[in-house]
Amino acid sequence: MSDIVSSPPLQNIPRELTPGTRVRRDIGISRRYAAERRFRACGIAAVIFGLVFLVILVSTVVRNGYTAFVQTSITLPIEFSEKVIDPTGKRTSDPKLLISANYPVLVRDALVKMLGIDPANRALVREATAMVSDSARIALRDRVAANPSIVGTTQDVTFLASANIDSANKGQIDLTADEKDRKVSDRQVAWMKQLRDSGALYKAFNSGLFVSGNSSRPEAAGLGVALIGSLYLMLTVLVLALPVGVAASIYLEEFAPKNRLTDLIEVNINNLAAVPSIVYGLLGLSVFINTMGLPRSASLVGGLVLSLMTLPMIIIATRSALRAVPPSIRSAALGLGASRMQMVFHHVLPLAMPGILTGTILGLAHALGETAPLLLIGMVAFVANYPASPLDPSTALPVQIYMWASEAERAFVERTSGAIIVLLFFLVAMNIGAILLRRRFERRW
Amino acid sequence: MSVSLLLLCVSVIGAFAFVLGRVRAAALSADGRSSSMHSRHGYHGAYAAIWAVLPALALVCVWSIASPEVIDRLVIKSFPEEVKILPRAELNLSYGMVRSIAHGMRLLTSQELTEVAGGTADLQLLLAQKGVPLAIRPTGYMVDAANKYNGMREISRIVMSVSAILLSLLCATYGLRVIAPRFRARNRVEQVILGALIIASSIAVLTTLGIVVSMLSEAARFFSMVPAGEFFFGTVWDPRFTGAGAQTSGTFGLIPLLAGTIYIGFVAMLFAVPIGLFAAIYMAEYASARVRSIAKPMLEVLAGIPTIVYGFFALVTVGPFLRDISAEINGLMTGSYTSFIEAQSVLTAGFVMGVMLIPYVSSLSDDIIMAVPRSLRDGSLGLGATRSETVKRVLLPAALPGIVGALLMTASRAVGETMIVVLAAGVAARMQFDPFEPMTTVTVKIVNQLTGDLEFTSPQTLVAFALGITLFCLTLCLNVYALYIVRRYREQYE
Repeated sequence: MSDIVSSPPLQNIPRELTPGTRVRRDIGISRRYAAERRFRACGIAAVIFGLVFLVILVSTVVRNGYTAFVQTSITLPIEFSEKVIDPTGKRTSDPKLLISANYPVLVRDALVKMLGIDPANRALVREATAMVSDSARIALRDRVAANPSIVGTTQDVTFLASANIDSANKGQIDLTADEKDRKVSDRQVAWMKQLRDSGALYKAFNSGLFVSGNSSRPEAAGLGVALIGSLYLMLTVLVLALPVGVAASIYLEEFAPKNRLTDLIEVNINNLAAVPSIVYGLLGLSVFINTMGLPRSASLVGGLVLSLMTLPMIIIATRSALRAVPPSIRSAALGLGASRMQMVFHHVLPLAMPGILTGTILGLAHALGETAPLLLIGMVAFVANYPASPLDPSTALPVQIYMWASEAERAFVERTSGAIIVLLFFLVAMNIGAILLRRRFERRW
Repeated sequence: MSVSLLLLCVSVIGAFAFVLGRVRAAALSADGRSSSMHSRHGYHGAYAAIWAVLPALALVCVWSIASPEVIDRLVIKSFPEEVKILPRAELNLSYGMVRSIAHGMRLLTSQELTEVAGGTADLQLLLAQKGVPLAIRPTGYMVDAANKYNGMREISRIVMSVSAILLSLLCATYGLRVIAPRFRARNRVEQVILGALIIASSIAVLTTLGIVVSMLSEAARFFSMVPAGEFFFGTVWDPRFTGAGAQTSGTFGLIPLLAGTIYIGFVAMLFAVPIGLFAAIYMAEYASARVRSIAKPMLEVLAGIPTIVYGFFALVTVGPFLRDISAEINGLMTGSYTSFIEAQSVLTAGFVMGVMLIPYVSSLSDDIIMAVPRSLRDGSLGLGATRSETVKRVLLPAALPGIVGALLMTASRAVGETMIVVLAAGVAARMQFDPFEPMTTVTVKIVNQLTGDLEFTSPQTLVAFALGITLFCLTLCLNVYALYIVRRYREQYE
């Protein structure tokens, strides 16, 4: 028996079974070791499964989304022809004419000239103009409205290419497939190559993704409004939830007498941390919007809801940070004649601050990714203009992802993944910040 | 004077009071009696500042809440008799008109206002230009009432501003006058701070109260239109969004939604519990410190990823993958390449949600397994048990209450999860047991009923609150039961 215990079990099993050695009572050791190996393998498999899924998730998002950070643009020499923009010649007396002018014609003419298409061939012209995003009309309109004197001149204007051309240019469309099965025709591909060779069509960093508001055209849709909305949300949460959460924790940890009431508050906070986030959305809808009459879709309301949601998390983190400060500090302060309030605010709180801030950052990161309550208070609105204040309609980063994820057009998948990358970037940055903070300031007593 | 400007004024007065209080206290202690000063100078200043700010703030709060009510009453009272005898709903409607006219008139310039008063300009047209569309043509009494409304608002605001500033100054003087060497300013200030701390900690309770009261009151309105029995035991969900005015109200049966919620949650737990538990056991018992320090945070990253990302992943990757692979399997087995798993299905949503729950199960169970005392582990290993036998026969039984509690908490998270199911589970409310078909959940229907243009009088929107209170009770029960199990069956090791 003794050699079984002393030598490694794996080598021992066959030796035990070879004939000629001493006959041993079968105590099932090999079976037990096999079970042990199986159990261990299950453990490893479980961990690997989790990690593999994480890798697949992140790599899928990155693979789908990294192309969203570049965008195909087309630069065309646009002739701001007076005949098209202002055929009646009344633009000085009626500036509204400039708003409603037929700008797509300008783009069409420029494109037709550049590609050398017969202007009489309607089908060809239509195919060519489909290469430029419909947002070109607004781009030209804003340009003319800002500077009416350019009417009559010819200027180089850069437009977004339409989503299909953008995909084709990025190589996402299988050009070997049958022409009928893909969204760009052979002619368009040929034009695309022609424009690319002449330098008019090129890929550039997609600043529109971070600046533009929402749009129903994938190539023109951006996260600008959502980023500002999320910023407002985070500021509201920081301003409301952090002080209230810290104050509540200080009371519960340092001052509260142990009685039924404080027990109730404690159970309450633990339960609030487990309430589904969508219930907070219902609370916000009913209390802040229906009863208090705050505007729908406003980021202030969203911030209030998220503050209530983050509050229990901050309280729990703050309390454990306060508890980690050793009692000797408190005794020393009290012994030197500080009042309890002075003891807390002059000594305990500063020492617990790194822990509190770490917990707050993690709570904020959680709030940043939260979607469901924001849907209920109407932040899932189509907002194309920047919100000037937290009371204006706005969206938020995760809500924008949800809205784009529900769009049917294929090109939105790229945008959505790009938006997810932006969101994950912020989350990673916040978490790394929290970790660094903890590493830098954590004290072991 | 706007409210924010008023608040700024009050805080400036407070700051002045603080500085004056400090200076006064310093002057007193400079008389050579500094040893007899009870509190430090700053506390005297803070005391004066508190007097300057708090009463004025309270006044502004009360006034802002009360004055609209009073103005409403007075304006309705000034309506002509023939309007006042109208039924309540119509009265409210015309009062709403008055308010929007008043709102619009505040946007007009004084010149435009005189034009309107003189009858040379059309009010409705003017207001529409300013972005205030009116539903009907304003009649004479409405414009009068709107003028009255605006006038009273203006007066109310002026009175509030003046009285708040006066009160602030008055109280600040009082706070400054009481400064004396023996005055216990510190104790007073600390009492106020303590009060603030208590108020802050009661917000948690207020939130719970708010959730329960708001949802119950809205749900009560729903149950006054749809009988509770029909809701809780109905097996058909068909809310039937109808046009305005139509009175057919569809059927609201909770059972199919509840079945979907529980089914998807069950599938999720089917993935999450074994994987999470095994991962926790491996981390706690087998992994070297190095592996643990890498793998544990990596797994916890899964918990930090927003659920909308999981939802999107389920929608564009997992769902189509399952659909295609089922088509392949079907093709190999029967020869017909039709998929038997739909892209949006119980399986898709359950699987992705299960992955999301893995870190919850594993980190909760990890802590619990680690908390089992070393002596039990050593005793079992010393008696010759293998590690797996130790885990199965000693550690798990000892940790069981904690693990069951953790699983219940995880289940409550699965029940309340929203974004994954919204994107991956489908919207069809039906009762069936095929995991490859779409089903829907309570949370999906809350989102469905409350997005878009709403009016809060129809059962179609109010049902969301009934669903919400059901969800709240469900998760609360799971959590309380988890807590109960942990407390009741916890083995006490010294």
